[in-house]
Amino acid sequence: MEKAIEIRSLSVAYSRRPALEDVTLSVPKGAMVGIVGPNGGGKSTLVKAMLGLVPRLRGEVEVLGRPVDRRARRLVGYVPQREDVDWNFPVSAFDVVMMGRVPSMKLLRRPAHRDKELAWEALRTVGMEKFADTRIGEFSGGQQQRIFLARALAQEAEVLLLDEPVSGVDAPSQHEIFDLLRELQRTGKTVIVTTHDLSCVAERFDLALLLNRRIVAFGRPEEVFTPELLNETYQSHLMILKVGDRTVAIEDGRQGG
Amino acid sequence: MADFLLEPLEFGFMQRGLLASVLVSVICGILGSFVVLKGLAFIGDALAHASFGGVALAFVLGINIYLGAFVFAIATALGIGAITQRGRVSSDTAIGVLFSGTFALGILIISRVDRYTTDLFGYLFGDVLSITATDLWTIAILGLVVLALVLVFYRQLLFVAFDPTVAAASGIATRRLEYLLLALLGVTIVTAIQAVGIVMVVALLVTPSATAYLLTRRFHHMILASVAVGALSALLGIYLSYYLDVASGAAIILVATALFFATLAVTGPVRKLSNAP
Repeated sequence: MEKAIEIRSLSVAYSRRPALEDVTLSVPKGAMVGIVGPNGGGKSTLVKAMLGLVPRLRGEVEVLGRPVDRRARRLVGYVPQREDVDWNFPVSAFDVVMMGRVPSMKLLRRPAHRDKELAWEALRTVGMEKFADTRIGEFSGGQQQRIFLARALAQEAEVLLLDEPVSGVDAPSQHEIFDLLRELQRTGKTVIVTTHDLSCVAERFDLALLLNRRIVAFGRPEEVFTPELLNETYQSHLMILKVGDRTVAIEDGRQGG
Repeated sequence: MADFLLEPLEFGFMQRGLLASVLVSVICGILGSFVVLKGLAFIGDALAHASFGGVALAFVLGINIYLGAFVFAIATALGIGAITQRGRVSSDTAIGVLFSGTFALGILIISRVDRYTTDLFGYLFGDVLSITATDLWTIAILGLVVLALVLVFYRQLLFVAFDPTVAAASGIATRRLEYLLLALLGVTIVTAIQAVGIVMVVALLVTPSATAYLLTRRFHHMILASVAVGALSALLGIYLSYYLDVASGAAIILVATALFFATLAVTGPVRKLSNAP
């Protein structure tokens, strides 16, 4: 089966503090993967490594069979954490989605009909076409995430990487976003999401990755969400309770480093 | 009324001064929109002060002062980038160290050549009415270069300004564009130092664009509004300086400041209302 992401023996460190150690991972094309783990466990770092945004100590990353070069980057759509973006910037939803076309556009050229059509189609897919002219700062958290997702779609990305797309988003919008991701997966996209929402991963994702600097487990949620593996992942940051035949995980609110 | 507007234009120095200030305001309006949104005011102020070292040195050596100012501004911008990337001190600190150092060098040089001091003080506080035809050409050419580069890289610059991480992730040469923006900022500042003076350049960069930010909802509208507000400030400022016999640079800046506060007063409540969900 063709691989969307192939990572071999990847290690990443920030000023000598290890963030990822010896990560080897193979994500099949068309999968929907939830990355879970404690704060400071390297979830965002792993996503950024897939995008070639962090320096590697060692190891290799391949996207759709290519090293992370300019062509590979166009095939990977990234939706960053909400805190990373300046929401006061004077740009409309359509302006933001059109940014997805910038890597493919020639300098000086006006956007072609196809560029605009892709942007509109992406806005329709996420259900935001009515708000194309609205300034980005006026949207709710869930709407902002959908517009950023539309930008990744306008980029014609095959692999979608979302970093904490539902943090600070109200519950109904969270469900809408995950439903949307499910639909995109059905159209053939590979979807990789970091999240704190274990139950959502258990219910809606094909694959779960337990990460705490190294990979603790990677497999179907019902196979890897066991008290032993979750305890190993979260260590003291998670309380695992058995309630009847269900495993309940309660995450500790303390922020890790 | 026509006489009132035309009378100052009988003098060549007034024509040149007016043209120069409007040109400079237009260039500053374009770059200022990036400065306001990216929080580059301090680095802009620093590049302006740093260029004084170049102005003084070029003056003493008898070469084009715009060239001297440009070299110092660009070297300082690169220096700030290089020191910050090493990660040992914050960019704020790097800016503080470099700009006071290069500014002091300028002061040191002019303290040795006292017969030119009055001319050089024109660069500190602005002396747009002493602008020569050659200066005007230099400003016009530099302005065209800035305009052309912003037009060519507009979409990429906007993407990187709004969301640098995603821009880099999708294959845009983010680092190079950030350096391009700093270089353009350096050029813009150099064009403005004679019109409003090193000490006040940052106001011409920031104030009209801040006014434009209050009035607009999309980035290209902000740039256009910022250019218009800047040009209006320059026009009104020059006429004020002629009829009231006050310093032209200061008059331009004060008009821009007044326009900002007037806009703030008018749009403040409206913008808040429209933001409500």
